[in-house]
Amino acid sequence: MSGSCHEPTTTTLLSDGQAPAIVHRVALAGNPNVGKTTVFNLLTGLRQKVANYPGVTVERKSGRLIGHEDVEIVDLPGTYSLNPRSMDERVAYDVLVGRMRGEPAPDVVVCVVDATNLERNLYLVTQIMDLGRPVVVALNMMDAVAENGLELDVNTLAKRLGVPVVPMVARKGQGIDRLKEILLRGVPSPTAERRWTLMPAVASVVEALSQQLGEEAPDIPERQRFFEALSALTSDTLLDEWRTRAPRFYQAVLAARQTLEARKVPYRQAEMIGRYGWLSPLVAEVLRKRPDAQERTLSDRIDAVLTHRIAGPLIFLGILLLIFQAIFSWAVPFMDAIETAVAWTGEQARTLLPDGFVEDLIVDGALTGVGNVLVFLPQILLLFFFLGLMEDTGYMARTAFIMDRLMRRLGLSGASVVPLLSGYACAVPAIMAARTLDNERDRIITIMVTPLMSCSARLPVYTLFIAAFIPSVPVLGPLNAQGLAMFSLYLLGTSMAFAAAWVLKTFVFKGESSYFVMELPPYRAPQFKQIIYRMLDRAKAFVTRAGKIIFSLSIVIWFLASFPRATLDPELLAQRHALETWYLQTRDSLHAVGAPLEAFEALEATYEDRLTPITDAEAAQQIRQSFIGRLGHMLEPLMRPLGFDWKITAGIISSFPAREVIVGTMATIYGVAHAGENEIILREALRADPAFSPLVAVSLMVFYVFALQCMSTLAVARRELDTWKWPAVMWGYMFALAYLFSLLVYQGGRLLGFE
Amino acid sequence: MTTLKDLRPGERGRVTGYVTDRLPSRILEMGLLPGTIVELVRLAPLGDPLDLKVRGFHLSIRKHEAELILVERL
Repeated sequence: MSGSCHEPTTTTLLSDGQAPAIVHRVALAGNPNVGKTTVFNLLTGLRQKVANYPGVTVERKSGRLIGHEDVEIVDLPGTYSLNPRSMDERVAYDVLVGRMRGEPAPDVVVCVVDATNLERNLYLVTQIMDLGRPVVVALNMMDAVAENGLELDVNTLAKRLGVPVVPMVARKGQGIDRLKEILLRGVPSPTAERRWTLMPAVASVVEALSQQLGEEAPDIPERQRFFEALSALTSDTLLDEWRTRAPRFYQAVLAARQTLEARKVPYRQAEMIGRYGWLSPLVAEVLRKRPDAQERTLSDRIDAVLTHRIAGPLIFLGILLLIFQAIFSWAVPFMDAIETAVAWTGEQARTLLPDGFVEDLIVDGALTGVGNVLVFLPQILLLFFFLGLMEDTGYMARTAFIMDRLMRRLGLSGASVVPLLSGYACAVPAIMAARTLDNERDRIITIMVTPLMSCSARLPVYTLFIAAFIPSVPVLGPLNAQGLAMFSLYLLGTSMAFAAAWVLKTFVFKGESSYFVMELPPYRAPQFKQIIYRMLDRAKAFVTRAGKIIFSLSIVIWFLASFPRATLDPELLAQRHALETWYLQTRDSLHAVGAPLEAFEALEATYEDRLTPITDAEAAQQIRQSFIGRLGHMLEPLMRPLGFDWKITAGIISSFPAREVIVGTMATIYGVAHAGENEIILREALRADPAFSPLVAVSLMVFYVFALQCMSTLAVARRELDTWKWPAVMWGYMFALAYLFSLLVYQGGRLLGFE
Repeated sequence: MTTLKDLRPGERGRVTGYVTDRLPSRILEMGLLPGTIVELVRLAPLGDPLDLKVRGFHLSIRKHEAELILVERL
């Protein structure tokens, strides 16, 4: 599919490279925080496709070069080297070496480089060059180079590297035309000779190994073999892949390692020493300090405040409070609006659809399901906006820096802070945010404990029962008993998350070491357009991924609550019949006397008013006799010790797809489903029930602090960890905690004389 | 034996070697290699990890790893 055709030019940039091929597939690679995504957006515009790589949850972002539909650009996750550690880095590695399933190797790799941080950025460039594929260096942030009082000799850099180098200021769109021009003209492969030197003792071993590899795996391109052999020699993970694919090579590498170790050759460091040994003098040659260069950059001075011993943590706390405030209060009107809109749509659907099964399925099943998904969106969007802002400015790394010491005590790492805090909004995006952790142990622990952070779906449950059973009496200054109760619930969940992390670290992952090596990137002004794209991307991922599960489970729960059809109380049927007869007769007599419109309206209103309690009573009978009602009765003996009767038990079961569903279920069971536009009526009904008491309410709220009543969390955890084992453990331990703590609360409370 | 952990904020040192050869390779890839000049910029508010300036960028590692890296004070 070559839509547009451009003449292959004869101008080769390098004398001894191969003839430049027409470019169809471009991969964008680079370190994290170098503006790679900005370059990607400039090349593709807004027509981007987000999919998943097979088998992993890492997103594959691709797009077509503006004006050239035949050129596909793939944005790879940021990586510091081709020695992958995290899932993200693994994807970048697999694509670049051409081993990603369903993804041919790229024709050209555009390596985006931060010009203010040349040495470390070029490390990755030299590795990619060793793959033998055409490389273009996009030298981004050229404006910052000048601002820092430096001068960069781009021509010499290009000559020394032997690949095209395009100076860019991607935020301002500078250099993008030149980059496109080079891509469209075609890029030659770099020359075959390696420019850096590996220490001879290791080089000779790697040469021999790469020949061995060539014999056993002839499909590996010849130019790539040296790199592959070197990687296998130094990385255990990468070596492991050859165990079955090239067993003789695998054995040869193990033998070579032994020999080198015996000879005390530092072969694991050899690659870094070799590459940096070549890069250091090169950078010294091309980068000159102007006399006005400042020792301390603006970024350094900002850091002096933001990571200050006292100011740093305080500022971090302030920012957290702001984010919380935003998620809990700014999101509420939008959530209300979504709920109102869904309810309105439901009513419209009811008037359009004939009464009966299909109507109920669509309105109570499907539409409720859609509502359950959409209602999370405002909080998710806000959270992702703030996370994006923190990432984009470089502040995110500082939060990890500030918190690492504290988090490590608990078996986590500084990088776990953000996923954990995101858990207060919703565990689903929070678990997705844990991808940035490059240590597998830290990542698993973080994912395992994140659902203990009280997410926003618990809020309606807390609010209902606190409002119904905790008196609003002042306790301490502006704090009243209700506020204190709410705070205690959050504290309980959070402390348990830390305790669980500590247990996992101490007993499950004992002995496995973790380390923390993190760049503190320079502060940069946020690019709101980018932040908003990323926010929308992530929200879309939530709706499609978690949405499907929440939606289908909502339908299942609807079914369980609606079937088997209840046999209604004859008295109730008689009431309804009498009311309908009265209504019809009154209407007819109004017609007969030619009554004014107001009279009809008054009749309608009275009729509706009298009908509502009957419909509610019918709904209550229905749910009592439904599968859920029966399950509630069946499981009551199990939940009785926690103070829960069959009604609460049924509520808990019904809220499995999403915790806040229990509020609606309770309203239905108590026969106030339709009266329940305002929660006050439900609160009254709960208080009037002798089965409920403040103690039961506390026990129930504690249950909700711990129990993993959220199918989407399980589904996302399963995707992120690629096994059902951990999600199963997660559900199990959280249920155990819920049961245990509710039991303690209820039985302990009774011993203390509460009812 | 001076290690990176012994530097005081503001002090600079040159890496001379490692206490063990099993240092996480990510640290080496970030350029903390023998001969490299490192500045300890500051400690995190709770005293750990460290903020290092190496090869023109800021790198954060924990004391636990820093004490595996030998330096001579400059």
